[in-house]
Amino acid sequence: MDNGAVKQKNKRLLLMLSGLVVGMFAFGFALVPLYELICQVTGVQSIAQRQVIGDQPAEISVVGNSQRTLKVKLDTSIHPSLPWRFDLQQPAVMEVKVGEVYEVVFKANNRSNDPVTAQAIPSVAPWQANAYFNKLECFCFNRQTLAGGEQTEMPLRFVVSPKLPEGINSITLSYNIMKLEDNTLAQLAR
Amino acid sequence: MSTYAAEHHHDDHVPTGWRRWVFSTNHKDIGTLYLLFALCMLFLGGASAMLIRAELFQPGIQLLHPDLYNNLVTNHALIMIFGAVMPAAAGLANWMIPLMIGAPDMALPRMNNLSFWILPAAATMLILSFVVPFFPGGGSQINTGWTLYPPLSLQVGMSMDFLIFAIHLLGISSVLASINIIVTLFNMRAPGMTLMQMPMFCWTWLVTAFLLILVVPVLAGGVTMLLFDRHFGTSFFDAAGGGDPVLFQHLFWFFGHPEVYVLLLPSIGVLAHVIPTFSRKPLFGYKSMVGSMLAVATIGMVVWAHHQYTIGMSLGAVTYFMIGTIIISIPVGLMIFNFIATMWRGSMTFETPMLFAVAIILMFTFGGLSGVMLAVVPADMQYHDSMFVVAHFHYVLMPGAVFGLFAGVFYWLPKWTGHMYDEVLAKWFFWINVIGFNITFFPQHFLGLAGMPRRIVDYNVMFTEFNVVSSIGAIIFGLSHLLLLYIVIKTIRGGKKADAKVWEGAHGLEWHLDSPPAFHSWSTAPKAIELTDTYEKPQ
Ligand code: HEM
Ligand SMILES: [Cu+2]
Repeated sequence: MDNGAVKQKNKRLLLMLSGLVVGMFAFGFALVPLYELICQVTGVQSIAQRQVIGDQPAEISVVGNSQRTLKVKLDTSIHPSLPWRFDLQQPAVMEVKVGEVYEVVFKANNRSNDPVTAQAIPSVAPWQANAYFNKLECFCFNRQTLAGGEQTEMPLRFVVSPKLPEGINSITLSYNIMKLEDNTLAQLAR
Repeated sequence: MSTYAAEHHHDDHVPTGWRRWVFSTNHKDIGTLYLLFALCMLFLGGASAMLIRAELFQPGIQLLHPDLYNNLVTNHALIMIFGAVMPAAAGLANWMIPLMIGAPDMALPRMNNLSFWILPAAATMLILSFVVPFFPGGGSQINTGWTLYPPLSLQVGMSMDFLIFAIHLLGISSVLASINIIVTLFNMRAPGMTLMQMPMFCWTWLVTAFLLILVVPVLAGGVTMLLFDRHFGTSFFDAAGGGDPVLFQHLFWFFGHPEVYVLLLPSIGVLAHVIPTFSRKPLFGYKSMVGSMLAVATIGMVVWAHHQYTIGMSLGAVTYFMIGTIIISIPVGLMIFNFIATMWRGSMTFETPMLFAVAIILMFTFGGLSGVMLAVVPADMQYHDSMFVVAHFHYVLMPGAVFGLFAGVFYWLPKWTGHMYDEVLAKWFFWINVIGFNITFFPQHFLGLAGMPRRIVDYNVMFTEFNVVSSIGAIIFGLSHLLLLYIVIKTIRGGKKADAKVWEGAHGLEWHLDSPPAFHSWSTAPKAIELTDTYEKPQ
């Protein structure tokens, strides 16, 4: 095989491999929707599904062993870009009876001068408790807009199903509260 | 498949002065450049490690501001991985692959020049990302660790942008080098050398190069998304805009886990030459080595989330990643058994490369075992992000990558320079280095198991004793590399003349060339008789 033929072969392989590189770069971006898809298809948990779980009425039944009690811990964290205060109006750890409805109130205060819209994203730990922690009313179901300086009370009503698996004796409900901006790419993608 | 000579119209004239290096398209010169670059980075990364250990010598905050400490941790890892280990392995590849397969040069010599000369630019960016915060208006330090997880990495100042560009450049460099190596191995082998007769070092690099091509672009994509989130209002990872920070972890580890094999495999390739040479026996199980390497690479692509057990995946997902991870230890173990079987009943001698090889087998296996502990989900919930993980990856990376490169350097240094290195000094280096390494990192297992977290500047006083031991070990270990530098310089400048074969048990095409080989080697194809001189066939 002569000189030119080898050069030709090298060039062809070079092109093929460069194609692979470009393809893998694109694949990296394709993974953004793909991960979510894989999670949905295989049924493993994804952020999107967690939100769905949070929105749907979970397992409630008021009958059962209502003697059982557990600790519910409430936790909030506010994204640095959100100029709000968000305070729980009671101790953050409460003793809860299963099957009973509880109400807690958060006080939100927009400390900036402009109206700001925010969304609270709940998450439940351990995740196994997700389906048994039912939020009857929650400020996290909707986005919340506060005018500049406005203060308001945001209630949460919840009940823990008596069917909560044995062995779970403490549940943490954590809210991430973030500023909503209109023109984010991720929202367009949704 | 004849690829030689005729196609390259070399004149025998060797360019001189700075032009020789800056415009070089010669695989030997570029190999040398890579190795020297890696040596510089080894000392730079080593200096940051020494600062880290100095701070951890005692509880409390003595020397370093917490953010600076974390910046050093970030910088240490990136410099060592991208600046020292990967370029050193690429240097070995550049030097040895053409010699081993009987090719006159790499297939794409100009691209070879480019892939090296991107590195100093990338290193400058990397160093700038560390230095910039010290200047007024330079923003905050990169306190994320080398994994660059958002949201923290979205909040770091402009030094993160330097780092992102540095990673882009490093990625381009290693992808170009990989393409070159693959093309060389496919198209430039001596006539009569089939893929399954290639020396094992070439095989390990073939697999490594493919891994790099498959995963580095995904990392590039991930850090590009970081850049977009930081500056162009997208929300790939920014939860406030509907993004998901965990997505970055998936992208990162999709690269990050195969990357550990990128670091490991070239050194395994070195061992596959060193061990037969000094055992005076053919490599045991060539085909099974190739097979297990392919298995490691394939399975290694789909187990990345064992770095993310604690993110709240479902039970099904963690179980899958756990089983997959544990399965990888089977082909990895097989390679180790092949090495042991190669030594079995061989007439072994213990020159410095072989000392390193034996030490690697012992210590790498130990690191693999702590890896299997980490792979077990319920156990990892405890160990994750503790010093135990630090101990694990130093036990696999230092022997598995760095010591393997040292072995390769000692093994081939006489071939490159034409001089024997000083065996007595080299043995001193080996013992100080390996003992220093163990004193440094062994206690970190206990620290991790007792609950000391990693990447934390201060610690509870109950961890003091082991940290003192570890820091003292680090001084020994760190300083021992000055001896390495001395030995290398001494060998380059002179020493006992090495003959073509160098090691009496050595086989392979590279040993049929003079030491040092002529500037242009294999301009005529190797003769059939030379081709049969391999480890793979009965000798
Ligand atoms: C038997 C094979 C191995 C197994 C089962 C294994 C398992 C693991 C697991 C589960 C972790 C995650 C620990 C955690 O963060 O909680 C880990 C971390 C790590 N492993 Fe391995 N490993 C193996 C071999 C290797 C090899 C061969 C290398 C490199 C040559 C390596 C390099 C690393 C590194 C660098 C990390 C830490 C990454 C970081 O968090 O910064 N491992 N390993
Ligand atoms: Cu891994």
